[in-house]
Amino acid sequence: MINQLSSTEISVEPRTTSRRTFLSLAMGVPVGAALAACGSSGPTPTGGGASGGGAAAGKATYWYLSTQPQEGIRTASVDRFNKANPNTQIAATTFQNDAYKTKIKTALGAGQAPTIIWGWGGGTLRTYVQAGQVDDLTPWFDQNPAIKDRLFPSSFGAATIDGKIYAMPAEAVQPIVLFYNKKVFDQVGVQPPESWGDIMELVPKFNAAGIAPFSLGGQSRWTNMMWLEFLFDRVGGPELFGAVFDAQKDAWSNPAALDALTKVQDLVKADGFIKGFSSITADSNADQALLYTGKAAMMLHGTWTYGSMALDGGDFVSGGHLGYMNFPPVEGGKGDPSNTVGNPGQYLSIYSKATPEQKETAKKFFATQVLSPDEVKQWIDTGSVPIAKGSESALASSKDAAWLEFVYGVASNAKAFGQSWDQALSPTAAETLLDNISQLFQLSITPEEFAANMNAVIGK
Amino acid sequence: MSVTPATTRGRHGSLAWLAVPALVFFVGFAVIPLVGVLALSFTSWDGIGDISVSGFTSWHAVLTDPGLPHALWVTFLVMALSWAVQTPASLLLGVFLAGRQRYRAVLAVLYFVPLLLSSAAIAITYKALLDPNFGLGAGLGIELLAQDWLGEAHLAFGIVIFVVSWQFIPFHSLIYQAGVRQIPRSMYEAAELDGAGRVRRFFSITLPQLKYTIITSSTLMVVGSLTFFDLIFVLTEGGPGDATRVLALDMYKRGFQANLMGPASAIAVILVLVGLALALLLRRLGGRDPSSSQMEGA
Repeated sequence: MINQLSSTEISVEPRTTSRRTFLSLAMGVPVGAALAACGSSGPTPTGGGASGGGAAAGKATYWYLSTQPQEGIRTASVDRFNKANPNTQIAATTFQNDAYKTKIKTALGAGQAPTIIWGWGGGTLRTYVQAGQVDDLTPWFDQNPAIKDRLFPSSFGAATIDGKIYAMPAEAVQPIVLFYNKKVFDQVGVQPPESWGDIMELVPKFNAAGIAPFSLGGQSRWTNMMWLEFLFDRVGGPELFGAVFDAQKDAWSNPAALDALTKVQDLVKADGFIKGFSSITADSNADQALLYTGKAAMMLHGTWTYGSMALDGGDFVSGGHLGYMNFPPVEGGKGDPSNTVGNPGQYLSIYSKATPEQKETAKKFFATQVLSPDEVKQWIDTGSVPIAKGSESALASSKDAAWLEFVYGVASNAKAFGQSWDQALSPTAAETLLDNISQLFQLSITPEEFAANMNAVIGK
Repeated sequence: MSVTPATTRGRHGSLAWLAVPALVFFVGFAVIPLVGVLALSFTSWDGIGDISVSGFTSWHAVLTDPGLPHALWVTFLVMALSWAVQTPASLLLGVFLAGRQRYRAVLAVLYFVPLLLSSAAIAITYKALLDPNFGLGAGLGIELLAQDWLGEAHLAFGIVIFVVSWQFIPFHSLIYQAGVRQIPRSMYEAAELDGAGRVRRFFSITLPQLKYTIITSSTLMVVGSLTFFDLIFVLTEGGPGDATRVLALDMYKRGFQANLMGPASAIAVILVLVGLALALLLRRLGGRDPSSSQMEGA
């Protein structure tokens, strides 16, 4: 601003200085944008107080997401650890979802990452491993088999790169499920869908009643992606995306893929999604608000939204108005209706450039606090199924027993549990994917164009 | 900065050292990063691992991407439309606020409030107000306001122009206000004696006298609009689809979301070149005739 204000004075005598000023303005442009991107995603220090990463401090650092109620559980575990270990402290910092994904990459590139790197495993973890940014935890797990044995074996898949384990699986299993508002269904007098055909029949009925059939936070893009994940699975089976993941040429042009892409555009064209979905972000939980306020009848979303709907939705969850089911089958599709997609867990890696003391602190945290009995209880209390073995019995006695047993059933009965695409793929391919998905939902590209654009980045 | 009239130099010795602080900042924060960006554009780097030299592959990828002409077009449209909206509005506001009346001073304070707000705060607020389901339209029950403002390509584009203008018109009004106050009263008095009306005085005195102010303000608008990032990023994230994806946003998305620092740097270089070209072009438009003074009695 100072620069701009001084330029106003130039108007008196423009010939002497303005060219240089223009030069500096013009040059400051991209550089300034880049600097801004590096500097300020607005971290919020919590718990320990000290913010920021870096290997310089003696304290171990830990960054994670700020959405409640999950944030409270993460912070509570850090607080318990810090209370029990006055000499080896952990400083925690929280971020919003999309801000975090960018921030952590920038921090790794700048050598300023936290000791404990919270993530989703899969393709992103693979880029960290290839750059030598995270430690191989296989020897540590071999030395401490008890830690490995108390977690779901299936959760290690997304933590394993080329046969080695690079992350501690943590938190809860989070399949994507179809939520619906029972009050709205009663009001319109219809039944929950049992097939894709039912969904397409429900759409005009809800629209006629002035209720949006589906809520969707489309600006976040990965929210739209969940629809494709299920349609690809139900139409073509898990092999369909498996071919993309295995980098087979032209895998997106498979007729089943085009069929799934066409189906989702049919739903958009039939006004299946709430008006304005492409400007709603999931980070603000506005998509959930649409469901529990009855403005939308259904919502395809991760199980992590159950906790926040219970927290924000008044008596929506406690009063039994929230319905849920696995995504229904598509007529004539190859996919098993028990299949699901989502996050098989969260993943905690250790930054390779952290000091030995910080790494020790992190490992002690993994061993003593990650999915400790206290934490497991908190996950269950907020309606999540932690990936710790032996928590099944605790699920039944919880106030959310029906929900938890449903999630547990979906996760454990699934013939195939697909990892979220944007996490399974490399960041480069994931960005192209998300970009094209938003255009697909905007109806600005056809399924064929989508397939062609995506075929171009297969294996990248 | 570096132009020192010969007479001063002769009498008091060189005053070039006065430029040192500015020069240090300019080199540190503009020249060095620019060279770095130029170098990065010939490499491939995912932002996390090692940097490897890759020749022109990044440039080739960027220049053959159909997204580039689109982003350039969107950037140009934002630039042209926001200039076309802001210039007349801030010119008129500036002239109005240049008056010394008490009520105008009060209004000026109100008009300048958007200057105090950060782009992110403005974007978040507008996003909430324009939400089709929970925003102003739905809250007040006004059907007309309950449009899908940010979800429909043309509307979203219009909203971006509107919010950008809302944010920056006060700043440019301030420039024009200062410019108008520098115009000598005597010129108006003479015009009045000659029987010129308000409108005539505006077009024959105010507007020509503000020529350089208009050029300065336009340059700031045009070059500044190349870098609109924060506001659009928070408001629409370039969406819906790619309707509001300007060049700066495209650069960010490639660099920091798709981990393609090479192509992102190439776009940054393109941004610099476009910005330079525009700034120089605008300077040319300002006229090169040294005898055309804007001061009294010219």
